[in-house]
Amino acid sequence: MNRPGKLHLPGWAPLIVLLAVAGMIALVVLPLAMVFVQALGNGVGGLLAPFREPDTWSAIRLTLIVAGISVPLNAIFGLAAAWAVTRFDFAGKSLLMALIDLPFSISPVISGLVWVLLFGAQGFFGAALDAMGIKVIFTVTGLVLATVLITLPFVARELIPLMQEQGAEEEAAAMTLGASGWSTFFRVTLPNVKWALLYGVLLCNARAMGEFGAVSVVSGHIRGLTNTLPLHVEILYNEYDFVGAFAVATLLAGLGLLTLVAKSLLEWRFSGELAATRRH
Amino acid sequence: MAITLTWLSLIVLIPLAALVIKPWELGLDGVWRTLTDDRVVAAFRLSFGAAAIAAAADAVLGLIVAWAIVRYSFPGRRLLDALVDLPFALPTAVAGIALTAIYAPNGPLGALFAQVGIKTAYSPLGVVLALTFIGLPFVVRAVQPVLEEVDREVEEAARTLGATDYQRIVRVVLPAILPAILGGVGLAFARAVGEYGSVIFIAGNLPMVSEIAPLLIIIKLEQFDYAGAAAVGLGMLVISFVALLALNLVQTWLTRRSRG
Repeated sequence: MNRPGKLHLPGWAPLIVLLAVAGMIALVVLPLAMVFVQALGNGVGGLLAPFREPDTWSAIRLTLIVAGISVPLNAIFGLAAAWAVTRFDFAGKSLLMALIDLPFSISPVISGLVWVLLFGAQGFFGAALDAMGIKVIFTVTGLVLATVLITLPFVARELIPLMQEQGAEEEAAAMTLGASGWSTFFRVTLPNVKWALLYGVLLCNARAMGEFGAVSVVSGHIRGLTNTLPLHVEILYNEYDFVGAFAVATLLAGLGLLTLVAKSLLEWRFSGELAATRRH
Repeated sequence: MAITLTWLSLIVLIPLAALVIKPWELGLDGVWRTLTDDRVVAAFRLSFGAAAIAAAADAVLGLIVAWAIVRYSFPGRRLLDALVDLPFALPTAVAGIALTAIYAPNGPLGALFAQVGIKTAYSPLGVVLALTFIGLPFVVRAVQPVLEEVDREVEEAARTLGATDYQRIVRVVLPAILPAILGGVGLAFARAVGEYGSVIFIAGNLPMVSEIAPLLIIIKLEQFDYAGAAAVGLGMLVISFVALLALNLVQTWLTRRSRG
């Protein structure tokens, strides 16, 4: 496609570019820069101080655990859902696709709230769970449930349009040649979508590790026990340990930046193997 | 197929059913009383009002950014393009404390605004700023592909037929991308209404003034008022749904008109 730089509105070009760059710097770049500036407010010592606290490390560990459970679950779900939607015809398909997207349009706080309504002390199953001695809310289980709900659409959304474009011909060919369902899946389907799967997993993971609202509702903020990294940032901030809060935040900002870089790399290097909407 | 349905039921359908059922423990008038409580009404007005203003601001800035990226080549264009997704990638709590540090009275931009007597952080304006930040990528990413596709030949034809720059943009380009802008605005609005992490630090959370609806859910949960919390949540969903449906109808109508 021809890059239209030389095309229209030569007189307006500098103004529009200037406005776009200024707007992006003020609204988007400045907050990112601010994280690092504030974290270094007390020098490198201040930046490292929170990482001498065991609470910070248990928050890091918990964040890794929660993402480590939620992301694979939703990757499997994403594959299954994309397979179901693109390889079969059935009534209510558009309803199913709307349901898959639904978690994106509800508030993260509501995504946490629904689990409290089910499993909280006065929730629908609260008394029953209590009798069995099972705790969900204020435990890692609750954190995982909330995170899984929030991040459910990411992988499916990357795979569905791609698998729709690719069609089922190669799979049909493998099947006719005598491949079993599983070996077709592992040798044809999966290799065809691997980069889109990675792309989805990347976005899913970034959200899982950075989620705040939903986990905030189900966590109970028990330091060292149910405190993920974003919640730890909040606690430090509310204790007026601003430098500490920003120091921990640099870790999350770094995760975000890394995700952006990896995502751009995938779009650039493997654009042909991602869904059309991701090709630049 | 079975995996998909089971997982969707367990993770999405059953939990949402709980949200739909729970409020009615209060009875119809109990739900009505909860939703018409002054503090709840104020929170709804702030959440939906600020989300609408932020989505409108995103429409303007998002169009400018998308236009610059698609139509012009300049140094740093690819970087700008990649940075558009930063509000998606940056965890909301991090964005929240960073925005607060910038717009607090002693922050770099907050001090600037304070000099002209405008309070940014800890006010409804701060809420709007945070929501604008969080919604920007939706508009840019919705407009970008459509702007790339706008038929250049039609634009060229318009020019050779003597259309001015202004006419070409208003009569040829804008009608073609308006549905995409509205689509992006809808997504930005939906996200902004429920946003929590990036708003909660900058809002100041003053009841009746800068308290957002999602915070009210958390406050009610902390008071063990599950049904009240669910009523607020359900109310938010219903209003969002109606607003998005209206936007969708306008979008469909515009698409049809520009094709017809």
